[in-house]
Amino acid sequence: MPIKLPFRPRRDSVPSDLWVQCPGCGEMLVEKQLEKSLRVCAKCGHHFRLRASQRIALLADAGTFQERDAELVSVDPLGFVDSKAYPDRIAAARATTGAQDAAAWGTAEVGGIPVALCVMDFAFMGGSMGSVVGEKVTLAAEHALAARVPLIVVSASGGARMQEGTLALMQLAKTCAALARLADAGVPFVSLLTDPTTGGVYASFAALGDVNIAEPGSLIGFAGARVAAGTTGEALPEGFQRAEFLFAHGFVDLVVPRAALKETLAGLLGYLRPRPAAARREAADA
Amino acid sequence: MPDRALPPVDEQALAEAVWSRVQTARNVRRPHTLELLGTFATEVRELHGDRFFGDDPALVCGFATIDGIRVVFVGHQKGSEVQENIRRNFGMPHPEGYRKAMRLFRMAERFGLPVVTFVDTPGASPDAASEERGQAEAIASSIALMTTLRTPVVTVITGEGGSGGALAIAVGDVVLALENAVYSVISPEGCASILWRTPEAARQAAVAMRLTAGEQQALGVVDRVVAEPAGGAHADPETAARLLGAAIAEELRRLTAIDPDALVTARYARYRAIGAYTTTAEPARGPAPDRRRMTERIRDLLRSGRTVVGQAEPVARSEEVDG
Repeated sequence: MPIKLPFRPRRDSVPSDLWVQCPGCGEMLVEKQLEKSLRVCAKCGHHFRLRASQRIALLADAGTFQERDAELVSVDPLGFVDSKAYPDRIAAARATTGAQDAAAWGTAEVGGIPVALCVMDFAFMGGSMGSVVGEKVTLAAEHALAARVPLIVVSASGGARMQEGTLALMQLAKTCAALARLADAGVPFVSLLTDPTTGGVYASFAALGDVNIAEPGSLIGFAGARVAAGTTGEALPEGFQRAEFLFAHGFVDLVVPRAALKETLAGLLGYLRPRPAAARREAADA
Repeated sequence: MPDRALPPVDEQALAEAVWSRVQTARNVRRPHTLELLGTFATEVRELHGDRFFGDDPALVCGFATIDGIRVVFVGHQKGSEVQENIRRNFGMPHPEGYRKAMRLFRMAERFGLPVVTFVDTPGASPDAASEERGQAEAIASSIALMTTLRTPVVTVITGEGGSGGALAIAVGDVVLALENAVYSVISPEGCASILWRTPEAARQAAVAMRLTAGEQQALGVVDRVVAEPAGGAHADPETAARLLGAAIAEELRRLTAIDPDALVTARYARYRAIGAYTTTAEPARGPAPDRRRMTERIRDLLRSGRTVVGQAEPVARSEEVDG
């Protein structure tokens, strides 16, 4: 499914739905070819962003993903209005993306291993985390804990959703609390960080994987790069806040190209087996 | 202009009332963590260093005795003049600050000491060095750790509660806020730059985010608003600290009577329950900010904290969440 932008540029010489220009190298790529190469530029290796449905198709075994809680939708707890009312922004995002909110979760199998899978969608309001996203990540974690299956969360987000104010901020606490329970129970969590993963999403669940994996070239960071440059007044290091920068500083275990992601995940899950529930009860009794 | 017709006079009054709170929260003479403790606590012993990298002067930790109760304190520390503010990075911690906090949180649990945290930061430091040392990882780990601590945690928003850098030490069993404190997901200026595309709209953003202590209490993010002396805490720091110390002591006595496992369960439930969503097919429209509501909000703003509203009862409000 091609990514449809809400406001398309004027059509010049090339029809925009057949060709797409690579932001990495400027090459004109045939949309159909790009689709076949998992939306990775054949020339420079630039990883285009994926919609949640594309990500699920990439990672889950065919036909195994069963979406849960798809009906959750945001409300407008603050009556938030900037140049547009928040409900109108949500309605617009729903219309242009066809998604209900910026995350989907469900049960799936990866290489035959049952998992809880939560996938974020940057196309929906910049993947911002409000109450619905926080709830879905938490529900996925709670399912993983109850069913003793690994949790996989694929992040793609600009951070917390400002229109929900501190209720969005509190989703950091909610999701981290659920992950702390997983860690305590010995149920594995693999965090897959994709372009971009910043702000409150990186500063909560995305940073806390037993294993953190990033896609090549992904922007990953706490603060915006311009903020960082403005604060220090110094030139930023080459490749600042990219996946490779995070790898070099020890915050992601692996940088894995898209084509190898599923095999890598399945391989890791072979080692990351959830501790049986009985063992936990014994430990608690002791 | 917002696309909904608002009575201009009310909107302006609201913006003024909200912005004066923001300015009071940021007032350089406002008492910060160490000044507050210096007044209402005894035997204050600051401890230093994260054991990995360094000691962060923007975040102070240590032991203190509050009304006879020995606690571990953790708080942001701004300076009261330019040089100290520069040294303390305006209360914006680096990752080592949060790692020092985590060291003290673990120590508190180990020795059965309750934790009191004081939140007053524009945000975690956003510089390049913080990114290299893992600001996001430090914040996330601190939040996660706080949710599991088997010891009481009392959090006070004393000034600016700025986003993740605030929340990293704010996952309390009970969250208090001083009357003029503000708590927000992003600074009003940051919000204005992104959504209004100009930092000039900071006042509108401050109103829209409902960041005042009274409004945060109404949202359920803050449990209890602690009154400040007339004119704000900086006008009479001694009285402000005394009122806060009494409120903290009261919360500590209540929480230390609760079994640690029950505390952790209730804390999980407290944060698990926060969020606003529905399951209908159409996005529900929130209450329109009509004239009556706006007037009420102004009245609430002027009044909040004068009367102590909303008795916090973490255990009573807990809903058992089945793991």
